[in-house]
Amino acid sequence: MKDFRYLKNVVTLRLDGKICIGCGRCMEVCPHGVFTIENRKARITDLDACMECGACSKNCAVAAITVAAGVGCALGMINEWLQGLNLPRTGRGC
Amino acid sequence: MPLLSTQLGCRDRLGAWKARWGIGRMSYLTPPGLYAIGSPGSDDPVIVTANYKMSYDIVRSALHGRNVWILVLETFGINVWCAAGKGTFGTDELIHRIDAAHLTQAVNHRTLLLPILAAPGIAAHEVTRRTGFRVHFATIQATDLPEFLDNGMVTTAAMRELTFTFRERLVLVPVEIVLALKPTIFITALLFLVGTAFNEAAAGFTAAAAFLGAVAAGTIATPLLLPWLPGSSFAVKGATCGMGWGLVWLALAGGDIGVPAGAGTLLALTAVSSFYALNFTGSTPFTSRSGVKKEMRIALPAMIATLVGATLLWLWAAFL
Repeated sequence: MKDFRYLKNVVTLRLDGKICIGCGRCMEVCPHGVFTIENRKARITDLDACMECGACSKNCAVAAITVAAGVGCALGMINEWLQGLNLPRTGRGC
Repeated sequence: MPLLSTQLGCRDRLGAWKARWGIGRMSYLTPPGLYAIGSPGSDDPVIVTANYKMSYDIVRSALHGRNVWILVLETFGINVWCAAGKGTFGTDELIHRIDAAHLTQAVNHRTLLLPILAAPGIAAHEVTRRTGFRVHFATIQATDLPEFLDNGMVTTAAMRELTFTFRERLVLVPVEIVLALKPTIFITALLFLVGTAFNEAAAGFTAAAAFLGAVAAGTIATPLLLPWLPGSSFAVKGATCGMGWGLVWLALAGGDIGVPAGAGTLLALTAVSSFYALNFTGSTPFTSRSGVKKEMRIALPAMIATLVGATLLWLWAAFL
């Protein structure tokens, strides 16, 4: 996935190093290699590679990771906005 | 215990092809439950997958010649990753299915092999706490499962790496086309009629072709050329393809339409392609929700402004 980079400095992923117990699950479930384990603590080493799928926060037993997870789908978001404005949705769901 | 074949037949291949083209895609499923491949015993591995028939077909054909258990979850015919994102390939469903299939009677061990891309829906520690089963996120691709099993269940770095190859992008193109079809047919027909009414049938035809080309630039060219198009924004990548097509169209069919109408057409084609390219973010495995949001906040108003500009240029060309 090194050939593909999306926008920089936008993702909502946060890791609280004080809470982390270094179990390594986040590293195991991340499909983009965002985390590394150093000195028994997880560290975010490639933040911009994150696509906010939420696998890490879902699998963090001590809730040290937060991320506004969701599907990055343009039409889905247009539909959400239309719904918010009480307008009819366009045809396709994600 | 239903025994699964690991050979895919003509019907499976035809079904997969149809699903790629969006035909019956939402009802292409298989019943959830516990299945056997070969003649698995109580020590053989349990592999968990979704009940989207294409997912399940890939898993069973990858495991040809082995003795394994397959636990199929009810994801309502949605693939593993999307179902995990929606929560149907989720902790509760997995726990329910372990129970409903009496898995503890089928196997002595307490390990489940899950696709890595199921992790957004499955809280492994919750599953262990509530069922005693340990969750092992094995590989991203089912086709890596044989190597994973032969390697003593070790996930290599390559098995953990997501790819988005030309071929992987190519198989997504049909469904992009099908999803864009309805509005595209409508607008193409409209352009043909307007062009014919203002001028003659040939003009209607070139106008319709210009639009169709821009849709293709956004739904076919942008996905395929993705890594080589400039920038990281999909709207920009799509605009590049659309402008490229616009220039080709002007050279081929623009002939004597004049500068204002030509510039208007170029702008409009750029915006159309950019819109469809932005839609492709939903099909890629690397775009974040925050990124798409940011991009849309900038790109959608820009597209609308571009189309307004194009309309003004056309009106100028037509009436001044």
